[in-house]
Amino acid sequence: MKRVEGLSKLTGGERFVDDLPVDEVLWGGTVRSPASRGRIRDVRFGSEIDWSEFVVVDHRDVPGHNSVFLIEADQPVLAADRVAHVHEPVLLLAHPSRDAVRRAVAAVEIVVDSEPPVLDFRAPPQPEHIQYGTDNVLKSLRIEKGEAERALADAPIVVEGVYDTGAQEHVYLETQGMLAWEEGGVITVAGSMQCPYYIVDAFRHALNRPKDGIRIIQAATGGGFGGKEEFPSGVALHAALLALKAGRPVKLVYERAEDMVATTKRHPSHVRHRTGVDRDGRLLAQDIEVVLDGGAYVTLSPVVLSRSIIHAAGPYACDHVRIRGRAMLTNSPPFGAFRGFGAPQSQFACERHMDRVAAALNMDPIELRRRNVLRPGQTTATGQTIDDGADREEVMDRALELSEYRQRSAAHARFNASDLTRRRGLGLATFFHGAGFTGAGEVHLDSEVHVAGLPDGRVEVRTANVEMGQGTLTVFTQLVTDRLGLDPADVTIAPVDTALIPDSGPTVASRTVMVVGGLVERACDDLRHRLGLAADAAGGSVTGAIRSWHAAHPAADLLGSARYRKPDDIEWDEETYRGDAYGAYAWGAYVADVEVCRRSGGS
Amino acid sequence: MSGASEVRNGGAADCGEVELTLALNGESVTVRTSPSARLLDVLRYDLGLTGTKEGCGEGECGACTVLMDGLPVNSCLVPGWQARGRAIETVESVPAAELTALHESGATQCGACTPGVVMTAWWVRRNPDLVDEHTLRDIMAGNLCRCTGYDGIIDGLEVWLAAAGRERAR
Repeated sequence: MKRVEGLSKLTGGERFVDDLPVDEVLWGGTVRSPASRGRIRDVRFGSEIDWSEFVVVDHRDVPGHNSVFLIEADQPVLAADRVAHVHEPVLLLAHPSRDAVRRAVAAVEIVVDSEPPVLDFRAPPQPEHIQYGTDNVLKSLRIEKGEAERALADAPIVVEGVYDTGAQEHVYLETQGMLAWEEGGVITVAGSMQCPYYIVDAFRHALNRPKDGIRIIQAATGGGFGGKEEFPSGVALHAALLALKAGRPVKLVYERAEDMVATTKRHPSHVRHRTGVDRDGRLLAQDIEVVLDGGAYVTLSPVVLSRSIIHAAGPYACDHVRIRGRAMLTNSPPFGAFRGFGAPQSQFACERHMDRVAAALNMDPIELRRRNVLRPGQTTATGQTIDDGADREEVMDRALELSEYRQRSAAHARFNASDLTRRRGLGLATFFHGAGFTGAGEVHLDSEVHVAGLPDGRVEVRTANVEMGQGTLTVFTQLVTDRLGLDPADVTIAPVDTALIPDSGPTVASRTVMVVGGLVERACDDLRHRLGLAADAAGGSVTGAIRSWHAAHPAADLLGSARYRKPDDIEWDEETYRGDAYGAYAWGAYVADVEVCRRSGGS
Repeated sequence: MSGASEVRNGGAADCGEVELTLALNGESVTVRTSPSARLLDVLRYDLGLTGTKEGCGEGECGACTVLMDGLPVNSCLVPGWQARGRAIETVESVPAAELTALHESGATQCGACTPGVVMTAWWVRRNPDLVDEHTLRDIMAGNLCRCTGYDGIIDGLEVWLAAAGRERAR
């Protein structure tokens, strides 16, 4: 099936937030902190600007609690008396001319009495650095399986390693942007986002409004990659505050440089491994410490840390595992969601360490992985028994075959022996990734999906899950056509507009297909049940029954619905971090083929 | 706030406006704009053709590619006034029927780079001899797809060019 909205994107007809036609719009801009940490002493407005032309918003204009609602209420919508990171938003401006906004933003001086910032998350904080609890630890978590310390002491060989990764930018091709307006007492925002109901919650909290006074609409979203999970809540609040004060629509669209300096990045990591192995390369013990740079506020770091440590031991079997993780406060802009959500960092460390262990044993690193990869019935670090029918060794073999690993490897050896300056190398790594929210997360989300029968006989899918390039619209269409035996033309996907759709949770964590997709199927079944159809009714009998139902019930809604139900065989203990961390996993292997110039360092 | 709405796009109150006439998608149009407006701004905000997208604003990503006198340019790097008297073609001018091959190959994902990709591809489609001297991947190197959908783009373009070649051979 072709992408549902493909032609609309190819012809340039798709409307992203900055493409939405709106009259009498003001452009918004954000004045940001020049310092990493300190007390705001003064805000100076340059005399070259006629400030009477501008709408100006500061923290005193926030009608509710001045924080962006997430796990904790610690991140201000707009800094009040203190700043905790460079580029933290302090003031908002709006004006009909975008150029005038640019000049005005540059003409405001935020004067900060600086205090010592924490910029290295690895160094133990000094007393003058403490800003959270007694130790700047935003969250610490622990996984224990068996007796790792004793097993390490008994192991014939122990290999240690330390691995670091840096921040990483999403570079979604469309920058962050929101358009806000108030209409009939309802504050409405349309924009680029992954999680409309995060924004609803943020508005209830900071704008002090009831749910029915808030409407959030997703515009076409030009890539997210996690960067539009939590960050857009702040952008939406800023646009809304300006629109409320101006009494006119306000468009707040970041320029690329601002998007790069001010928005979230992948959490930098520092990971230590201590691994006990026998001479055959069998893993006897893994002791792993994961430290993440959380940045200046809590945001999503506790859950990023959780996914990071759950994946830190890799897809390998080991009876004695200890994983300790902590996320540290620093005065960097908060780090946030990015594809993989903490797991790529810890698995990078694990895979590099497997190569180091193999080198210590003088063993082929692929053979070391082969000997330890999880086999059916074996358990992960959290004690989850893996018996899903997947064969992880076969996954590795397939990657070796597709990449012609052995032939390439031999050719590289010949090349390296003959070339003076260049070296070629091949490497294989494994990965695994849990689908859906961790542990009891899906139970807390309590997602709901509707599938409506429309008067013309078509079926409309109503969810909060967005299309951002990954194919949500197409996949949902396929699921419904398969389930109800319909043509794609008989299926439509409702716009993601909180006035029309239930809360089926955020578009994150590989959950749109794996979790919400299952709800779409069950909602189809419910629709069929409401129509009094047999469980295998399909095609014309479904569309005909929908039309007949509407003829008998004029102006009524015909809704099939489904709510998340935890599968009975999934058990998770949040206190001890034992059990089934995820309902399902993706298993993978990848091969990298790299050439490096020893003279220039280029690749 | 009084008087705010009289201040036009581009800080016109300070610098005045320039008037320019260009051939836009085959029709002559005249527009008044700020002397500092980029061609991208003129197209999107003065003329309302929002198909052309801004990605990076500094000529790296190619999302804002349009054709100027038949050649692809990054419209974020072209001063608006430089389009005076030129022929400008945007994604809105490409017939949807021409886009079947790209549609079928899955050449678009999030869609933000797509109009720029389409304009470079449209240029290749109309100048098939380019392929004799350069690979399609080299020709398309100025258009970044953050979703990394390059295979779909190249596959679709190959099919498109092959179909056009058969048309010519007839």
